[in-house]
Amino acid sequence: MKARVYVMLKLGVLDPQGEAVRHALGALGFDGVQGVRQGKVIELDLAATDKAAAEAEVKVMCEKLLANTVIESYQIELS
Amino acid sequence: MRAAVIQFPGSNCDRDMAVALKAAGADVTMVWHKNTNLPDGLDFVAIPGGFSFGDYLRVGAIAARSPICQSVVAFANRGGYVFGVCNGFQVLTETGLLPGALLRNAGLKYICKHVELNVETTQSAYTSAYKADQSITIPIAHHDGNYNLDDADAQSLFDQDRVAFTYADNPNGSVHSIAGVLSENRRVLGMMPHPERLADPAQGGTDGQPFFAGLMDQIAKV
Repeated sequence: MKARVYVMLKLGVLDPQGEAVRHALGALGFDGVQGVRQGKVIELDLAATDKAAAEAEVKVMCEKLLANTVIESYQIELS
Repeated sequence: MRAAVIQFPGSNCDRDMAVALKAAGADVTMVWHKNTNLPDGLDFVAIPGGFSFGDYLRVGAIAARSPICQSVVAFANRGGYVFGVCNGFQVLTETGLLPGALLRNAGLKYICKHVELNVETTQSAYTSAYKADQSITIPIAHHDGNYNLDDADAQSLFDQDRVAFTYADNPNGSVHSIAGVLSENRRVLGMMPHPERLADPAQGGTDGQPFFAGLMDQIAKV
């Protein structure tokens, strides 16, 4: 089973990299971009076959390592 | 004082830290990150600056989960003195020993320069040899030193007198210009500036010297 984890800075936490990307897009003439948030995607290849068990396990991985929940939020997608 | 300096792959201020501690009179042991135990009879642990594990995933994240860090957390929880500078500060926030997190500098640039700090409290072993509100010069060298904590929590750090240092001129976007924070028991300190880099006249200044001298004095009294 594969899991995909999306990690983003929480809303309200300033994302200077996203802001820099927004400015660069503006410089390229994309005037309509009102906000950019940059995050990361982590893909996991899991031995687990049970979806619920896999999701529970990945959630623990997020809490323990993959995301810093002080500043980041995460979303898990399984396939 | 028996001190240990932790070394991770990518640490690069470990020897500077050891030199400053030895100059202040400490007996220093270097400890590799794969060790599971700290040396016996230890008074103090330093987590040095650098780019542990290449800053992969998040700054300090992998180091904070290394075998030795489990022991460092246990040592701190037993009332041990733990000091993290720069990457070491990032590691300490990742372990949860200190609140908040360090984000990319607001200006997105790596900054390497001397900055002016205000000593916000003298009520800690680390700051005991400074005067209250003293202005000192200490170097910074970081890309991810933007201390982030929500406003109410940052305010409560001030209320509990747990802000050790602030920047006179905020270089990186840190909330309330916070440069260093203490744990609740005041024995764990994390800060982005490097006192060990300005602790000998040969380094061009000695404003970092009282930091280590005060620490030695206070720990000798415990």
